[in-house]
Amino acid sequence: MDGQATTYAVQMKGITKSFGRVTANQKIDLDLKNGEILALLGENGSGKTTLMNILSGIYFPDSGTIQVQGQKVAIRSPRDAYALGIGMIHQHFRLVETLTAVENIVLGLPGGRYVDRRRAEEKVRAISERYQFDLDPRKKIYNMSVSEKQKVEIIKALYREAKILILDEPTAVLTPQEAERLFGVLRNMRADGRSIIIITHKLHEVLAISDRVAILRKGEHIGTIETADATQEELTEKMVGRPVSLSIARPEPRRGEEMLKVVDLTCIGPDRVKVLDRVSFSVHAGEILGVAGISGSGQRELCEAIAGLYPVTGGSILYNCRVNGTQVMENIVGQRSDQIFRKGIAMAFVPEDRLGMGLVGSMDMVDNVMLRSYRSTPGIFVDRKAPRKIAQSLVRELEIQTPDVTTPVRRLSGGNVQKVLLGREIAYGPSVLVAAYPVRGLDISSSYKIYDMLNAQKEKGVAVIYVGEDLDVLMEISDRILVLCGGKVSKIADPRTTGKEEIGLMMLRGRGEGEEIS
Amino acid sequence: MNTLLDLAVAAVLAGTPLLLGTLGEILTEKSGNINLGVEGMMFMGAIAGLAAPYVYEQCVLGAGGRPLGWLGAVFALIASFLAGALGALIYGFLTITLRADQNVTGLTLTIFGTGVGNFFGEYLSGRAGGYVALGDEVKAAFAGISIPGLSQIPVVGRLFFRYNWVVYLAVAVALAMHHFFKRTRAGLNLRAVGEDPAAADAAGIDVARYRYLATVVGGGLCGIGGMYMSMVTTSCVWVHDCVSGYGWLAVALVIFAAWNPARALLAALVFGGLTVLRLYLHIPGIPMQIYDMLPYAVTVLVLIVTSIRQSRENVQPKSCGVNYFREER
Amino acid sequence: MISLHMVKREELPKREQWLIRGIALMGALLAGALLLLSLGHDPLAVYRDMVVGALGSPTVRKETVKIAVPLLITAIGISLAFRMRFWNIGAEGQILMGAVCAGYFAFFQYDSMPRPLLLLVMFLAGMAGGGLYGLIPAFFKARWGTNETLFTLMLDYIALSFVKYLQNGPWKAPHSQFPKMPMLDDRARLTKVFGVHWGWILALVLVAAAYFYVTKTKQGYEIAVVGESMDTARYAGIDVRFVMIRTMVLSGALCGLAGMLQLAGSDHTITEGTAGGVGFTAITVAWMAKMDAFGMLAVSVFIAILERGADKIQTTFKIPASAAEVLTGLILFFMLGCEFFIDYKLARSREKEARA
Repeated sequence: MDGQATTYAVQMKGITKSFGRVTANQKIDLDLKNGEILALLGENGSGKTTLMNILSGIYFPDSGTIQVQGQKVAIRSPRDAYALGIGMIHQHFRLVETLTAVENIVLGLPGGRYVDRRRAEEKVRAISERYQFDLDPRKKIYNMSVSEKQKVEIIKALYREAKILILDEPTAVLTPQEAERLFGVLRNMRADGRSIIIITHKLHEVLAISDRVAILRKGEHIGTIETADATQEELTEKMVGRPVSLSIARPEPRRGEEMLKVVDLTCIGPDRVKVLDRVSFSVHAGEILGVAGISGSGQRELCEAIAGLYPVTGGSILYNCRVNGTQVMENIVGQRSDQIFRKGIAMAFVPEDRLGMGLVGSMDMVDNVMLRSYRSTPGIFVDRKAPRKIAQSLVRELEIQTPDVTTPVRRLSGGNVQKVLLGREIAYGPSVLVAAYPVRGLDISSSYKIYDMLNAQKEKGVAVIYVGEDLDVLMEISDRILVLCGGKVSKIADPRTTGKEEIGLMMLRGRGEGEEIS
Repeated sequence: MNTLLDLAVAAVLAGTPLLLGTLGEILTEKSGNINLGVEGMMFMGAIAGLAAPYVYEQCVLGAGGRPLGWLGAVFALIASFLAGALGALIYGFLTITLRADQNVTGLTLTIFGTGVGNFFGEYLSGRAGGYVALGDEVKAAFAGISIPGLSQIPVVGRLFFRYNWVVYLAVAVALAMHHFFKRTRAGLNLRAVGEDPAAADAAGIDVARYRYLATVVGGGLCGIGGMYMSMVTTSCVWVHDCVSGYGWLAVALVIFAAWNPARALLAALVFGGLTVLRLYLHIPGIPMQIYDMLPYAVTVLVLIVTSIRQSRENVQPKSCGVNYFREER
Repeated sequence: MISLHMVKREELPKREQWLIRGIALMGALLAGALLLLSLGHDPLAVYRDMVVGALGSPTVRKETVKIAVPLLITAIGISLAFRMRFWNIGAEGQILMGAVCAGYFAFFQYDSMPRPLLLLVMFLAGMAGGGLYGLIPAFFKARWGTNETLFTLMLDYIALSFVKYLQNGPWKAPHSQFPKMPMLDDRARLTKVFGVHWGWILALVLVAAAYFYVTKTKQGYEIAVVGESMDTARYAGIDVRFVMIRTMVLSGALCGLAGMLQLAGSDHTITEGTAGGVGFTAITVAWMAKMDAFGMLAVSVFIAILERGADKIQTTFKIPASAAEVLTGLILFFMLGCEFFIDYKLARSREKEARA
């Protein structure tokens, strides 16, 4: 670059965007040079995705200007963005499930009355070859694995000759090996002269792939630095706003009794596919069992089956509980959840879909606190007195930010919603706690609060099952890791002695069958 | 044999308004809008389709001329399409632009359209001194056609070549729509909008535009279906509540047709047959009113059976019933 | 260039929300006035005549109340199902079946039991008839997810055919030339309180009962949870299928009760017009009141004034009575549309921008 004037692919100036009373972006300036990979680093909720959605035409800014290759532009729709050579690969893929890969790729493009599928397929093949993607253009999206879908999204952007690519948390759903391959592709693209923005909150990725890194915090641009000059500590401090230690505590487990034993659990999904296949494991009091796997490997079904919410085809789920004063392993398979509740099985479950399953968004904290216990009071009327007390104490103890306990929980921020949910589940003194993706979408301080809460439960002697997607976190917090692949248990590993790459491989390959699953 | 032929012909005639309504609703639902106002739009089309040639007739007669039948038919077609489209436009404005609940908006459109149809029907009848009826010229334009040679072939001629022109129009629309969804670029885009508007939007498709167009054209088709009721079924006379229930049957037929315009042809034929069965097949001991229940009872059966055997293909477009707002978060 | 676009706004204070709804109502009446004007009527005179026709004298006020009673009870019934997001648009059929079941005792058993017992039996039969008719679609929806909108609607038409069948055959009035049912014996008619059958007292009691049911009872709580998310309900250990069926039976039973009141209190016979669109109009009542019991009381009276007024203007101005439906539709359109302006506002970008 020496001796040459730097040219900018994108210059965003003074971008402000608010949603209701939440200001997601506050006067942000961002530059992207031609031919560089820029990492956009920030916590969840710092406004990274909003800023990029503005660049790709999903949102329109309240104020601020955007220049592309030096020209002032107004980007009002994704179509405008494509016309300027900007393509975005969203974290939640924007693909039509019932269409094929090539149909998705040519979707919305201008052209004649009919789609020339053959020519489109040829072009897709050419792009695939160039970047060594193997992709069947006629495969329907709903038959694809996550990494295949990502390939379709990338090809879709390249097909439209995008010169500027934005990738939103592209590695969140990939195994370490897949992520490495993706980085290879991105470097090739940079070599072809494209400019790339990669949104992430993982520091080692920033250091591995980017040329420069722009940091956002609470909707504001903190600064942009050369990656070569940056250290993990410095980036963290800039991102969070104060020095934080990035290691999660892992208190030594005091393994107690076996609290939950799952034997040969098999479940059949709606498409008559085995979503869980002879899964066996046990969890003891005072330990955290992590569950790892690429998304859709049966995590959701496993959690719901343990909670008595998913139909079980075979096997058993045994809970350690007391019946008439004697300790027994009670099988909950085939029992309704209210029956399970009456048996005195103290199982807490923090589901993945917080407002769609764990809480009722339009109801206030009081009504949400009594969601799982309203039945236990006598009479036909609901008793809101006790739940109100619990709600008030949760607000105090967990520092939940809410006007009061009668505000609908939908209006709370993601971290506070999760505190309400986890707080309620813990309030009733469980012996087994299942938490599915409990920190998804939360900022770092909220995440650490959640880790602390889980560790506190473990030390109290609760058997904790932690289903996560961030392998780094799983490796740090779990006492044992159960790796799921295609509904089967690949292995139950010890995170102290097993490498991350090894676990990544287990996520991709089941027991010995070396094929990639789809 | 003769009864069977009569029944088949009557089934086609009775099935045509159902077919038009079903096609209109298929097009609408493919865009992700579920418009329960078909009944209302058919009512609006029915009265507009009758009023337009009536006004034309009165003008020509007032000027001392003789009305042209085919011109009356053209007015009926255009007016009914526009009336249905207007109903759909109200629905579209409320759901697409103002993001109102699709179910309730559709139901309201049914109430409104039924009211508008009956209101103007009675209003015209009152002004015409009792009831509105069109002259023979326009009536003739809605009679069965006669193609020299073809229409006279025994059986085949009656079965295929002697219907009124609206029947052929409806079949042509069904085939054209099938082709549109299967082959064209716009059809592909529309399917994407109905399945996943966020994905379609990210791909650069103007979601609102597609939804508006599909909904409004779909409403227009429903309007033509309503025009058929007032111009053919009741022979150019306004009958209070003339559409009664046909619009809802059309909505149900969409499920039976599995959102496929070509299958809608078969569905409409079967249900057309069911609505006229009592005239052709009389089983002693079964009163007439029980026959009247048939199309509705069969619809219920179809609903139950399709819900029991669910499949991944041939289902309602996934975003149906959900409004799309890009900046929602 | 100044550009406009829509953004979600913060929650408006309740007062401003109702102000916007009030403006929408005026807008709907204005649209109706334009329609009347285009037909050559004086809108003010027509509206005045409607109000006078509905409220001007004790006689017409009683008629208005008589229209409001079945509307209110049906709306309460429907609102229970709607809270669960179960689109019960089969109230027409449930009303008819309630009337028919009550009618069996009213027509054929009126002299076989003491009068209070007869009325009680009719009352229960009406609720049972409507409730069971509501049970059918609820069962299939709960078991297989069968589309309830169309199912309940088809049952409307089936019930209507069934009533016509009874009229023509088994229940035809003896010695009548026309296919119609006989008039009720006096013993099977409801007594009047202040000039209107005592159904109005029942309706008021039901308003309070519905309020307590949805806000204070466990069953009401369950309905709210199921309505928000089936997954959450399952998670909470609620038997979703059972709640769905129980609520729909209750919903249908209230509609059936409205049918029984129509039979015993108002019409004193059953015709194909016994339901007469009440089932549909009640949907709009429930929706406009946002399922609130006291709101439904107000809205049902308002709609009753509209309908009664439409009858009046038919005689005075020769404006077809279907004007009531047109006006109801217009009002609802405006109400649906105005919610947008409560949730969103127009925003303006401040910077000047060049178009791409």
